Amino acid sequence: MEVGAVIKHDISNAARTGDWRYMKPVVDKEKCSGCSTCVPYCPDAAIVVERDSHIVNRELAGSTIRDPRYAQIDYDFCKGCGVCAQVCPLRSITMKKS
Amino acid sequence: MNKEQAKNFAPGHSACAGCGFPTIIRTILGESKDPVVISNATGCMEVTSTLYPYTAWKVPYIHNAFENAAATISGVERAHKALLKKNVETRHASSVPKKIKFVAFGGDGGTYDIGLQSLSGALERGHNFLYVVYDNGGYMNTGNQRSSATPYGANTETTPAGKESFGKIEMRKNLMEIVNAHRIKYAAQASVGNLPDLKRKARKAFETEGPSFLSVMQPCTNNWKFPTSMFVQYAKLATETNFWPLYEIENGNYTINYPVKSAADHGASLPRERKPIEEFLKGQGRFKHLFTPENKHVIEEMQRIVDSEWERLQKLANQNTIPTKLPEINQTVGVSAQTE
Repeated sequence: MEVGAVIKHDISNAARTGDWRYMKPVVDKEKCSGCSTCVPYCPDAAIVVERDSHIVNRELAGSTIRDPRYAQIDYDFCKGCGVCAQVCPLRSITMKKS
Repeated sequence: MNKEQAKNFAPGHSACAGCGFPTIIRTILGESKDPVVISNATGCMEVTSTLYPYTAWKVPYIHNAFENAAATISGVERAHKALLKKNVETRHASSVPKKIKFVAFGGDGGTYDIGLQSLSGALERGHNFLYVVYDNGGYMNTGNQRSSATPYGANTETTPAGKESFGKIEMRKNLMEIVNAHRIKYAAQASVGNLPDLKRKARKAFETEGPSFLSVMQPCTNNWKFPTSMFVQYAKLATETNFWPLYEIENGNYTINYPVKSAADHGASLPRERKPIEEFLKGQGRFKHLFTPENKHVIEEMQRIVDSEWERLQKLANQNTIPTKLPEINQTVGVSAQTE
């Protein structure tokens, strides 16, 4: 602790709250349109919407959306509350037992 | 981790899975263009975000006690003002930013009950700050004791439902009217279920010179006893049933931001029908005991309270008698002495 009892934010001291999880949100990459509705509602800021090495083929899910981005979840911090699955307008996140 | 979301408030905090207050913090602080300084009353938010040796806060943050979040931020705000003045007088090149937004967060226990006198004092002295109360209707951090924000009929540790009781027998305190009685320029009621509305209100509050106030609904998964995934849905239902109307008070004038048609306004052409209060109550463990034949009258009474509060709010919003500007008072020191 510094003089004046100041604590600096240091993410390496953070508890890895992913340990709490007993249900795991899984994103259907073909179905997710990358709309970002879930992002602000995540209490643990664990959702990033960006493109990855995975190439999405949404035609499989019957969608016409061509946005290559989709939701990705940081399982280090995700507590598995399931809010993202509830707010998803396309129901592309499902909760699975982990 | 989403870096943009976590720029003011990081993950790694120990709030219950499915708690909405991080969303409230991130949404409100995200609307400030200037640096922010936070003071926080004791409560869930303080206890879970600052577990030694970690802090989830990336912005300057001070916790003092349950009762004085508003008093603490008043002191910080005045100290900043004094520091700027001193730097001007001594022509000292300052590293202190000229504009800082001062924000106090408190739960309903630390605002409606314990912190009310310091909030009232800070509003009266006119400090330039924003007070945010996240209202989960009880002392949830210590295990669900009733507060003056707990709704009528709720089963809590200190108002247990059973043979002799149906839960809390008193109505909620109307804090918005108490705050409005200080004649501040901006006060608003918002909900975590409606983020665009919350964003707009936070922006307006930050633009306000002097004190401003936001009351934000925050459904508590742990002690309202509903599944962890449902806080957004319950916040939305509270607004749709008129239990938690969204409105703002600018210079004493009320505006309803989410009009819902109620049984009382015949023929009014409002877009949405008010849902019955049961829609909000069902599924919540704290109201489970009300769905029995002998407690039917409690739900009817709750519906009556909600409707009469809504009617009162509508009347306040419809009257145009309040002057649009608050009376200006002269605060300049020594002017009269010079003119004499």
